[in-house]
Amino acid sequence: MRFLAPLAIFALLGIVFVIGLRGGDPGEIPSPLLSKPLPEFTLARVLDSTEQVSSQTMLGAPSLLNVWGSWCVNCAVEHDFLMRLAESGRIRIFGLNWNDERANAQQWLADRGDPYQFSAHDGEGRVAIDLGVYGAPETFLVDADGTIVHKHIGPLTDAIWRDDFLPRLEALSQ
Amino acid sequence: MNWRMTRLGCLFLCAMLSCVAQAIDSERAFEDDAMQSRYQKIIAEVRCLTCQNQSIKDSNAPLAQDLRKVVREQMAAGRSDAEIYAFLQARYGDFALYRPPFTARTALLWLSPLILLAIGGFAVFRVVHRRAALDIDTDGD
Repeated sequence: MRFLAPLAIFALLGIVFVIGLRGGDPGEIPSPLLSKPLPEFTLARVLDSTEQVSSQTMLGAPSLLNVWGSWCVNCAVEHDFLMRLAESGRIRIFGLNWNDERANAQQWLADRGDPYQFSAHDGEGRVAIDLGVYGAPETFLVDADGTIVHKHIGPLTDAIWRDDFLPRLEALSQ
Repeated sequence: MNWRMTRLGCLFLCAMLSCVAQAIDSERAFEDDAMQSRYQKIIAEVRCLTCQNQSIKDSNAPLAQDLRKVVREQMAAGRSDAEIYAFLQARYGDFALYRPPFTARTALLWLSPLILLAIGGFAVFRVVHRRAALDIDTDGD
């Protein structure tokens, strides 16, 4: 009986720690927007401030909405992947350029290549707030009807694409 | 007591207090005192998502600035506190609020102080009970 109480406390703490350690990134917050319609937006295009682009364009086939900024270090990390994905033609990629200077964003696309159908310039971060964005890069998988199927926070990689996106994308086209 | 030292001390104290009084926004959000204090209260209740252990009142991260702006605008538009919290909750989830609603997911969070109190209370009760049961010399020698 004497040793039982400390042992029980130890076991309980052990369980708590295992859950805490295996639970993934504690900073990652589940989005309440999953399975909900993508918030509609109309913004000026990054490449041309006189041209308006709209989330309506994304409808009709599954697409990705990638939130990026030229100030964002991890966006540079995932850029090569996005370029390859765009070249593969597997899915259309749209960009939301978040809290960025237009000139810097344009320079970024000129330097590194442009994987996006368009990038919408969200200079004031309004659309980002509607999307519950808190740290770029974030990537939303949206189905043909405009419903958010999946959200990934952090840079995309081949492994994440294969494990988290591809199965969902294949399920959509069935 | 050296008069100059006292004055210096006063000055130092004032300088310290002014740091406390200074908000992150350089200007007041609202002329109206009631609105300003409501604003201060709301932004202290909303978590800055990029710097997760600060409220948007305490953080100067770009997202915190944007969210403060949203709160100001919605207040100016006559939205209630509940409507503003609901707006943020719909986008960022319960996690954005320092006082999330009581749901199945947040039940443990809300109840854990009570559970810990119960465990502690039980432990104290047992110790006291056991000591009382011991046949000790009540005269203290």
